[in-house]
Amino acid sequence: MSRVLLMVGTKKGAYLLDSDEARRDWQVRGPFCDGFEVRDVSYNPADGAVYAAATSPWFGPAVFRSPDLGETWTHSSAGLTYGDDGPKLTRVWSVTPGHGRLYAGVEPAGLFRSDDQGATWRHVEGLRGHPSTPDWMPGNGGLILHTIVPQPADPQRLWVGASSVGVFETTDGGETWTARNRGVRQDYNPGPPAEVGSCVHKFALAAGTEQTLFQQNHCGVYRSDDGGASWQEITGNLPTDFGFVMGVHPRDPQTAWVIPLTTPEKGRYTPDAKAAVWRTRDGGGSWARLASGLPQENAWLSVLREAMGVDSLDRAGVYFGSQSGQLFASADEGDSWREIASYLPQIASVDVTVLAD
Amino acid sequence: MPEVRLPGNLVDLFPGTPRRLELAGGNVQELLASLDARVPGMHDRLLTTGPEIREHIRVFVDGRQADLATPVGPESVVHVIPAVSGG
Repeated sequence: MSRVLLMVGTKKGAYLLDSDEARRDWQVRGPFCDGFEVRDVSYNPADGAVYAAATSPWFGPAVFRSPDLGETWTHSSAGLTYGDDGPKLTRVWSVTPGHGRLYAGVEPAGLFRSDDQGATWRHVEGLRGHPSTPDWMPGNGGLILHTIVPQPADPQRLWVGASSVGVFETTDGGETWTARNRGVRQDYNPGPPAEVGSCVHKFALAAGTEQTLFQQNHCGVYRSDDGGASWQEITGNLPTDFGFVMGVHPRDPQTAWVIPLTTPEKGRYTPDAKAAVWRTRDGGGSWARLASGLPQENAWLSVLREAMGVDSLDRAGVYFGSQSGQLFASADEGDSWREIASYLPQIASVDVTVLAD
Repeated sequence: MPEVRLPGNLVDLFPGTPRRLELAGGNVQELLASLDARVPGMHDRLLTTGPEIREHIRVFVDGRQADLATPVGPESVVHVIPAVSGG
């Protein structure tokens, strides 16, 4: 029997939810990292620890670590700095395991890595050494590096995404970076699309592929089969081109989930006040609306970029959380849904892992 | 030696740390350096690059608001106060 651990970051701390593999009954624990805004919580299979990207209004940014699934926590900011001559590091936004280490994305946008389980961090300077850096501008959420996608089979290869800046790729372990935004619309830009200035909201690597990426952008949904060198729009029959999350299947590289929201000018919530997740089974060729069990009236849900998780069970579980504190779960790849928590603080992130009991 | 009094939500981040400590230092910056030596990680919680005291932290020496250069006497009481902020 497996244990499923759902990790939720909120404006007011982190929460952990436990269930068995049936995923019907959930026990809520928390808040952890109390007093901190938690933007991302991740499980690192390399050391069995849970990590939280957190920022306190008083005590600043830190990465928390729990070696025992939430029983005890430590934290560190050692090395999370651009130095006394650099910009002040205001938030740590994401924490992602990969290549046997940890990566952290921060505001203002930059990448840090830790080779000692989060005890100390060092700046991956190559990214902010990109010649476009002076042109990086903050989006509504800030100048944040939010998405970190390690290529599992290649420890030198990594993609990152920063709001209002775009996707970047390194193939040399972070020394040099290439902007990967060709083919992505920049509707807010009166000129031709620029190398950077693409408002990536979330992207993910399709299961088992070397370099197939799915992206939810401010301006549409996209797929790339060449590691981001070129993107093809797959918004297709989605009701809007705007949204934040992007979930991918643990085994099927053709399956992904998004949650379309009304456009920024129209409130950024579920269209027609009806909650729905949309799923593609054919790599973005078409999308199906999934709403069984989700509220279909008076549901102005807003779902932020980190707030969807997909587990590795068969059938895959899909989870998402709203800014209004509801947490929804599907144990059948989105065919049906249940609300498993109703009154959490504003949800920023949802991650999940399956543990052997 | 001067006495430093720390807020509860700060010491909660460092289990076992008392809220009152006697620490060496001739000014606030030296005192906070002694605090970090006693409780590693305290520096990053109270100071940002510069170094500067974090935006929503205030330090008082003998009841008067202080900065990093403010002198501290052997009988001083130094309060570290989190601002009333948030929602």
